[in-house]
Amino acid sequence: MLSEFKPAILITLFFTGLTGILYPLAVTGAAQTLFHRQANGSLITKEGRIIGSELIGQNFTRPEYFHPRLSAAGSGYDAANSGGTNLGPTNPALADRLTKDAAQFRRDNPDFTGPLPADAITTSASGLDPDISPANAQAQAGRVATARGTSPEAIHKLVADHTTPRQLGVLGEPVVNVLRLNLALDAQFPQKR
Amino acid sequence: MTSNGWLQIAIFFALVVACTKPLGIFIANVMEGRGTWLSPVLRPFENLIYKLCGVRRGDDGLPAEQTWTRYAASLLAFSAFSTLLLYAMQRLQILLPFNPRGFSANTVSPDLAFNTAVSFNTNTNWQNYVPETTLSYFVQMAGLTVHNFLSAAAGLGIAMALVRGFARHSVQTIGNFWADLTRATLYILLPLSFVIALVLCSQGVIQNLNAYTAVTTLEGVKQTIAQGPVASQEAIKMLGTNGGGFFNANSAHPFENPTAFTNLLEMFLIFLIPAALTYTFGKMVRDTRQGWALFAAMTILWFAGTLTAYHFEQQGTPALRKAGIEMTATSTAASAQSGGNMEGKETRFGIANTALFATVTTDASCGAINGWHDSFTPLGGLVPLFNIQLGEVVFGGVGAGLYGMLMFAILAVFIAGLMVGRTPEYLGKKIEKKEVKMAMIAMLVLAASILFFAGASSVAEFAKNSYWNTPGPAAANTNNPGAHGLSEILYAFTSATGNNGSAFGGLNGNTVWYNLTLGFAMLIGRFMMLLPLLAIAGSLAGKKQIPVSAGTFPTHGPLFVSLLVGVVVIVGALTYFPALSLGPIVEHLML
Repeated sequence: MLSEFKPAILITLFFTGLTGILYPLAVTGAAQTLFHRQANGSLITKEGRIIGSELIGQNFTRPEYFHPRLSAAGSGYDAANSGGTNLGPTNPALADRLTKDAAQFRRDNPDFTGPLPADAITTSASGLDPDISPANAQAQAGRVATARGTSPEAIHKLVADHTTPRQLGVLGEPVVNVLRLNLALDAQFPQKR
Repeated sequence: MTSNGWLQIAIFFALVVACTKPLGIFIANVMEGRGTWLSPVLRPFENLIYKLCGVRRGDDGLPAEQTWTRYAASLLAFSAFSTLLLYAMQRLQILLPFNPRGFSANTVSPDLAFNTAVSFNTNTNWQNYVPETTLSYFVQMAGLTVHNFLSAAAGLGIAMALVRGFARHSVQTIGNFWADLTRATLYILLPLSFVIALVLCSQGVIQNLNAYTAVTTLEGVKQTIAQGPVASQEAIKMLGTNGGGFFNANSAHPFENPTAFTNLLEMFLIFLIPAALTYTFGKMVRDTRQGWALFAAMTILWFAGTLTAYHFEQQGTPALRKAGIEMTATSTAASAQSGGNMEGKETRFGIANTALFATVTTDASCGAINGWHDSFTPLGGLVPLFNIQLGEVVFGGVGAGLYGMLMFAILAVFIAGLMVGRTPEYLGKKIEKKEVKMAMIAMLVLAASILFFAGASSVAEFAKNSYWNTPGPAAANTNNPGAHGLSEILYAFTSATGNNGSAFGGLNGNTVWYNLTLGFAMLIGRFMMLLPLLAIAGSLAGKKQIPVSAGTFPTHGPLFVSLLVGVVVIVGALTYFPALSLGPIVEHLML
């Protein structure tokens, strides 16, 4: 057994160099060259400063913006501390929260009367979900239109334009990127301050 | 459930089937030391490694064949040293480079470092810490990424050793551990990972060594965005069925799994090598039908799990319905939404892809997650839990799935032999007392580890100022009351013993008690499985090959496949039904 320690030590050190240093650095080099934007976090800049990442959800609370999903990352949308609630299906705390948030969603969006979209009041897994479902966005359209002083139809159309269909027509679910949508809102229906 | 959901599930599986044979042949050629199209470049490099690292070689210049005891000694020496190195790296991270956040030994206590070192060495990748607030880039790369490669390579090697036991006859040796480790890493894992990492990057997975990015959001709030060399680890995390996330949210994090395409790719990677190994097995025992029989048994179990999880997640819970949430998917383009239980799930994946991911990651010993199993419906969450308890033999981990399933095959032919009163045979080898005894040891020790540790943690009480845990019952570390809390504890020890690493995330495991008990469970789960299997391999290799006769029970037909599925399910059900009925099953009845 002791004679096996020589190859054990040397092979471990060798592969630490190869797969632990060289490989990640080679991937970093290639990725920074080929996919520079993605490799650095798909960051979005506006007027010269970074306002977030296309892939990382950020919080919106004002009525004139579309709101993202609920987040349990840190104290909410903490992109350096991802996570979910881990509340179980029979936990009374979950049932209470759902009742409360359902009422809040209805208060925020008085024009909306249908059943709630599944993602509207549930917490995402990462706490950083950048997307909402098209149904969730449409449910908020009335509120946004009122706050921006424009017609609901115009907002509905904007949502439709910013709906990303399933990838390759089949994969995943149709989604609306909240940050992209809100940037488009600011561009097309600017707020008078 | 939607037709699109089923179409996506079908696409996933079609990809797995399509790659099984070509990759299976490639793996067989690599692991038997035959030439492949990569050999002209890599062979000299491979030989250089043997020379530099002092691997003992025979007269032909190739690594010397080892008996099963020597093979096991090599494995143990390698595991001991590499675990120690990872432990030291974590504790000394403040002295090492690539640490923009200045994480020190303060963020990694000795018990946590032990748990993590064991976890990554045993291919479990259970995580009692939040990576983005605990570990430096250097530890993630030179520590964790390395173990992602080597623990998978070691698993693959052991599976090959067992298959050689069946394929060879009247010899004492079952291969060379160092050669298996080196070849699996160099020819299979490393080249594939490099390509996959870049594909992941193209979709938005990050790969940099930057400091975390401070941004001011549109509403003027400060947000800090974690960065790091993610893609390089993500690729091997999935390909090596490791599953330890670069971030806490694992494959639910948009920087680890940004699109539906990367999600499909990641699920596919979990099954890629394990599925191919069934073909490798068939090829090495010179009867590919034997490999396809295992593949068929695995497919049946995979499909049953997927169907169950998808059904219950789409159905949702009374609490969700009471809040007025739509449970049926809406597919009209203008108002599409997934319906179902979306608590702890990501919008871009929806119900079908999260249910499928949960099934696949626990069929295999991967343990990556793209949604929190803790927030699944009771029976939806039962699927991943029971999958691990079945021994992760449904394609399973890299190597681990094949050797686990072969252990069940030994039991299946043993039971069939008892029924007809004939000495059981499998692949021309008599299955005798020693083999069955070893298979039973592995199975019983694993079950005992799960049930004993879970039972102990359910009743243990700690005094005030206890070193081991926060005062009061250990069961208070759960995030949910009642039956679901028990499920969290049961899941933790199941996942650790099964070397899976996924979690019902609500359990706070970062205390001395849980770090140590979970660490021991992982060691038991890995080595009390591997050592008996290597003993079986050694014993089989020494046996004579018996020719097929009219009395031989064919192990490539539907009868054997049904028997194998039956044995897997019955052993799992008999062992765990009492515990499961107190956890997820009673919770379902309480809905």
